Amino acid sequence: MTPKLLPDQTFYPSPTMAMQAPPETLAYVALLNPDPTASDALAVLDVDPASPGYGAQIARVEMPGIGDELHHFGWNACSSCLCPYSPHPHMQRRYLVVPGMRSSRIYILDTAPEPRQPRLVKVIEADEVIRKTGYSRPHTAHCGPDGIYINALGDAAGNGPGGIFVLDPESFEIKGRWERDRGPQHLAYDFWWHLGHDTMITSEWGTPNMIEAGANPELLLNGKYGNAVHIWDLNKRRHLQKLDLGPEYQMVLELRPAHNPTETYGFVGVVTSLKDLSASVWMWNREGSNGNGTWRIRKVIDIPAEPADADDLPPLLKGFGAVPPFVTDINLSLDDRFLYVSCWGTGELKQFDVSDPFSPVETGSVKLGGMVRRQAHPARPGQPLNGGPQMVEISRDGKRVYLTNSLYRTWDDQFYPDGIRGWLAKVEVTPNGGIRLSDNGLLDFDNMRPHQVHLEGGDASSDSYCFAGGA
Amino acid sequence: MTSGMTASWVVLLALGAFHGINPGMGWLFAVALGMQEGRRSAVLRALLPLGAGHALAVAASIGVALAIGAVVPVAWLRWLTAGVLVSLGVLRAFWHRHPRLVGMRVGMGGLTLWSFLMATAHGAGLMVVPVFVGMTMTGGGGHMHHMPATGAGAGTALVATGLHALGYLGVTALVAVLVFEKLGVGMLRRAWFNLDLIWAATLVATGILTVTL
Repeated sequence: MTPKLLPDQTFYPSPTMAMQAPPETLAYVALLNPDPTASDALAVLDVDPASPGYGAQIARVEMPGIGDELHHFGWNACSSCLCPYSPHPHMQRRYLVVPGMRSSRIYILDTAPEPRQPRLVKVIEADEVIRKTGYSRPHTAHCGPDGIYINALGDAAGNGPGGIFVLDPESFEIKGRWERDRGPQHLAYDFWWHLGHDTMITSEWGTPNMIEAGANPELLLNGKYGNAVHIWDLNKRRHLQKLDLGPEYQMVLELRPAHNPTETYGFVGVVTSLKDLSASVWMWNREGSNGNGTWRIRKVIDIPAEPADADDLPPLLKGFGAVPPFVTDINLSLDDRFLYVSCWGTGELKQFDVSDPFSPVETGSVKLGGMVRRQAHPARPGQPLNGGPQMVEISRDGKRVYLTNSLYRTWDDQFYPDGIRGWLAKVEVTPNGGIRLSDNGLLDFDNMRPHQVHLEGGDASSDSYCFAGGA
Repeated sequence: MTSGMTASWVVLLALGAFHGINPGMGWLFAVALGMQEGRRSAVLRALLPLGAGHALAVAASIGVALAIGAVVPVAWLRWLTAGVLVSLGVLRAFWHRHPRLVGMRVGMGGLTLWSFLMATAHGAGLMVVPVFVGMTMTGGGGHMHHMPATGAGAGTALVATGLHALGYLGVTALVAVLVFEKLGVGMLRRAWFNLDLIWAATLVATGILTVTL
């Protein structure tokens, strides 16, 4: 890497400063191939409204492997490079780290010199991941001040525990397993941190054997999927506390800590409750003003299931007479003000004002797809959509939201048995709350299924910060 | 006092200031801790451990030089110092590490250790050694085969460490308070010049000067 004279201009000391970043012109989207014997891809989209190619796919990088199941991905470097205890301000946000959640391969893509046409520059094969970490099924990647952190759902045999490992941010060599003392943690799904408090947070879905063949009704009804959040010392790499949500809550997925590094709260989405098929969002926070208290978690948003005719429901849900919201992703704007909640089952994106994180207020909603409703986009009223809002990405300025509709191949097939047709929708945000679908903001992917979206220069789920405030 | 001695003092202060102005050497950490707590006292509280850690790194380098100088001729010590400086300079130009020594909830002891290790790893202490060797020569006539006896050497070592730490701490404190109170960390994006190459070049230049002057 050629050294830069000034810091990468996409690095911002604080989230407030990052909100003043210029609007993105490119988006990168992970595309899953529903055929497990074929290749997944990463698509580059033109999202610049002033461009003649606005809304089009500019490029598609096919992965050389098959059956990868691309899911989440991340950057090699981001704003955390400005953290004062391990500063590397002259690194470049340049490489995309793209794990295959089923194949356990990790791809490194270079977005330089041409961000519109990334090139594959390295493949870390599954056996290397397994040999050096003991883990398999890598999932989420976050750029930390001292390296790239990646988590994995389980071990080589598809059992637990799942955990975290670290990649060198320059050589992309695997440095090894992260945990020194994992305490009672066994299941894994997402992770992120409060950099200002040296605290890691992890959540729970299930081991690879519990999820890869599809949602297992027996495990689900017995409450065997994850129902806890774990708090860790990020420096000492030790488990500190387990926050139990209770056995009725199943699948605790996306973690969205406050971006402001002085804060010690965040939100996590829970897919379903065994009691009534409702979904929920919970808030963790640290008690005590000096930041030395214990961590707590409480439910702050409850989203009920909607009554439905058995004929309209997928086989797995016919007996319930209701369509579950299935909150599968949430995302938090950089000012920590608006929380977006995807209801993949009912086909809705909800916006909440979380200025008071203890009592969110619903401020907006758009409906698209859904297991029963199949809501069409206003731009194409005659075309019912399947899948529902799933992964949510927010632009740094908080004015635009991008939605995609695929969850996970085997689960897509269970809940949308007619076969998900991939789409991405753009949502416009009204400054003080309220959302609406962008008129010309619907893009089809035909047979491919879009998953996570990352925006050029960073977005609300790509960066973390060591400084608060400022403008 | 000879003019050579005055020059050495100025060089020690200036090297300290050069180390202090680097955001990666401490002032930025002090600012971040101040912002995290939302008060200037946290910035000021960080200064002492930062200065102590930096001074310890310098003292350690000088101590090692003093010990080696007691048993080998000064000429050898100069060549050895020059060799290490040039090697470290070349190494730093190509080799980057991303250690995680401490985090944002660092205590005073941790901050001292962090400052010590950052200064040591970047060769800050080592840069002072040639000046120190020069000072002992100036004081003793310049033609001795070995360093002065431990007592006199320790005195010079203390002065050298103190002067360097003063230069470092003065600049660190000034920049930290200025950025915290007035400039804000937004300036990092426009003003954090890449000092790595200049730093590496300084190490190499110091090494060469050690044996040529």
